[in-house]
Amino acid sequence: MKILRRKRDGVEGDMTPMIDMTFQLIAFFMVLINFTEAETNERIRLPLSELAKPPDAPLDQPLTLQLTDEGTVLFAGEEVPVDGIGPYLLRERQVLESLNKKAADATVIIRADRSAKTGIVQEVIQACQDQQFEKFALRAKQEEAQEIPSGD
Amino acid sequence: MKIRHSGRAGEEKIELQMTPMIDIVFQLLIFFIMTFKIVQLEGDFNIKMPLAAASDVAPPVSIPPLKVRLRAGDDGSLAGISLGERALNSFTDLRAQVMAIVGPATAPGSAAAEAEVELDCDYGLHYEHVIEAITAVSGYYSGGEVIPLIQNIKFAPPRTEQDAEAG
Repeated sequence: MKILRRKRDGVEGDMTPMIDMTFQLIAFFMVLINFTEAETNERIRLPLSELAKPPDAPLDQPLTLQLTDEGTVLFAGEEVPVDGIGPYLLRERQVLESLNKKAADATVIIRADRSAKTGIVQEVIQACQDQQFEKFALRAKQEEAQEIPSGD
Repeated sequence: MKIRHSGRAGEEKIELQMTPMIDIVFQLLIFFIMTFKIVQLEGDFNIKMPLAAASDVAPPVSIPPLKVRLRAGDDGSLAGISLGERALNSFTDLRAQVMAIVGPATAPGSAAAEAEVELDCDYGLHYEHVIEAITAVSGYYSGGEVIPLIQNIKFAPPRTEQDAEAG
């Protein structure tokens, strides 16, 4: 007579490999996540450059101005026309001054759309200069590098 | 007589409640997958534009700035590049010219470290061409590393829209 093994209720699979993999996946996504979306905007398609290297150290007193292809500036969550940016920059300068810093110490990061007009970018720079900002960083997206032979 | 269980205690399997942990782990996994976005790295080109008043007292540069002129077509496309008086065909040409003039900036006192580029662009020119020009003059890739050229880049006084119409 055959002896029937009593089946246990609940099939016991080996969970260890699955949990290993799941933790690995979590670790992978956790490492790659970045929460810096506050300073980026989907509307702006940055120009490409093979030399655009991320800065080694975070900039001191960064101030991000985003310039759309329609010639408006996205700043602090608002969309303002280029000629109306002055009061905002003045406010930033006053904030810096209240922190005992000069506007010249701050770096203005310009994230301009690739098809924005250069003249408008220059107008933004000029508006910043009027508020004594001196350092500018033009932001570009990293592109696949092309080798140039060093011979010539 | 008492039956002692102690002898068999080691063989008994301890049942862990896996379900809540797996629930949470999957929730975390789904959160990270949903928020995952592949972003290309972004980098900066530093330009320093001191105020007009400050530039009067700035020490004279040994080499006058190399004037790069970018002309725009009606639609904002690039219509012409020239370095000084010389018209160039492409940004590769521009880079070659700059390399011929200054050489790579290997030492702090080298010509490239001292030299300065002034970009003079039409009002309507698409900004991406400006970045291309800055890329061309500021360095190049060779042997897997960046060889810097001129790092001092500034803009010429802006041209107005009327200039573009007249020209």
